[in-house]
Amino acid sequence: MAKHHVEAIVNGDPVEFLCETEETLLDVLRETLHLTGSKEGCASGDCGACSVMLDGRLVCSCLVLAAEVGGRRVDTIEGMATGETLHPLQQEFLKHAALQCGICTPGVLVAAKALLDRNTSPSETEVRYWLAGNLCRCTGYDKIVTAVMDTAAAMRKG
Amino acid sequence: MRYEAPESLEGAVALLAGAKGETRVLAGGTDLLVQMRADIVEPDLIVDIKKIPETRAIAEEKGGWRIGAAVTGAELKEHPRLKKVWPGVIEAANLIGSTQVQGRATMGGNLCNGSPAADSVPALIAAGAVATLAGPNGKRDLPVEDVMLGPRKLALQKGEIVASFLLPPRPPRSSDAYLRFIPRTEMDIAVVGAGVSLTVDGAGVITAARVALGAVAARVLLVPEAAQAIIGGRLDKPAQDRLEAAAQAACRPIDDKRGTVEFRIQVAGVLARRAALIALDRARSN
Repeated sequence: MAKHHVEAIVNGDPVEFLCETEETLLDVLRETLHLTGSKEGCASGDCGACSVMLDGRLVCSCLVLAAEVGGRRVDTIEGMATGETLHPLQQEFLKHAALQCGICTPGVLVAAKALLDRNTSPSETEVRYWLAGNLCRCTGYDKIVTAVMDTAAAMRKG
Repeated sequence: MRYEAPESLEGAVALLAGAKGETRVLAGGTDLLVQMRADIVEPDLIVDIKKIPETRAIAEEKGGWRIGAAVTGAELKEHPRLKKVWPGVIEAANLIGSTQVQGRATMGGNLCNGSPAADSVPALIAAGAVATLAGPNGKRDLPVEDVMLGPRKLALQKGEIVASFLLPPRPPRSSDAYLRFIPRTEMDIAVVGAGVSLTVDGAGVITAARVALGAVAARVLLVPEAAQAIIGGRLDKPAQDRLEAAAQAACRPIDDKRGTVEFRIQVAGVLARRAALIALDRARSN
């Protein structure tokens, strides 16, 4: 079976790659496109470390076949900052030290941005439920939730 | 391993019907990719049905709603009208996994994964939903309760796929609800699930009801005795007790790490009662 030839838009740039059927989007992002910000934690959709946006929808890239993304738009953590300027969420995460080992952080940031892009004033409960699929095993969730809430507040002020 | 993404039901059926070896339909992939990764299944052919318009549409039909088998939980949640008419079906579908999983998971996949603990299935069965199957001999309709035969066993013929679900027309003062028990608030598989759909008349008397239970038998159960226990009354305490007893009498659960037989039976009764009360409350305000 020949490899699949896939053309997609990743972080705004057209990319093309070859993949096997069984390769996931996460495999291709990390191994083929060398975008290693998205992490593999559980490989079963439980931990959220591989979170990316697929056509504007938050998904686990470990649960998407790379062959599925032809003609589609993928946005990863690598596209979150604008040049050298960090996204407000990234800045707040640094300010609050909302990370420790950092494995979950790219997925948490991508997921949190997806929330704030659709809801500029989420309640703490909404933040916690939205991020229920992003597991952190060291920092704990309070700093993460606080950083997201503070980002939302700052973005509302403009 | 071959991957195909046909753009028509006929194309998908032809691929599946003509294939040798192991085949799998790919909708959201939230179960299939995990099973592939764990080497539980190694398909020779994967047929992705998401490019088929019928599997991705939500549309009104004959006074009811047709929902494509590959519509995601997130899309169901965002639909401007479905939640009002079928809150139980939507809340059940939305209980499957995290926000990320909701971006991919589908009711067609939830049903065809063949788990007795599938959250959306009791709600669909309570709703009286019919699955429309596409196969080598054309289309046929099958009530959702008849699609699953047992764990991982479906009533589908070779080459057949679930294309969509039809939720029936809703009389006034009708509603539904789904509840599940898990040991925490999110991200778990139902230990027990209960779906109830009902209609009341102007005087508040229940005129029609369906009750379905998940994770208490080898397949999701439709429990007509539980529905009969509440039809003709106002769901007063004695009717609630009869509903609870009928629900419990239908249970044939297993013991496992998530719950004992006794626990599952007890909780099934409690959830059926609570889901009926929620559905009744919703129906009265409709």
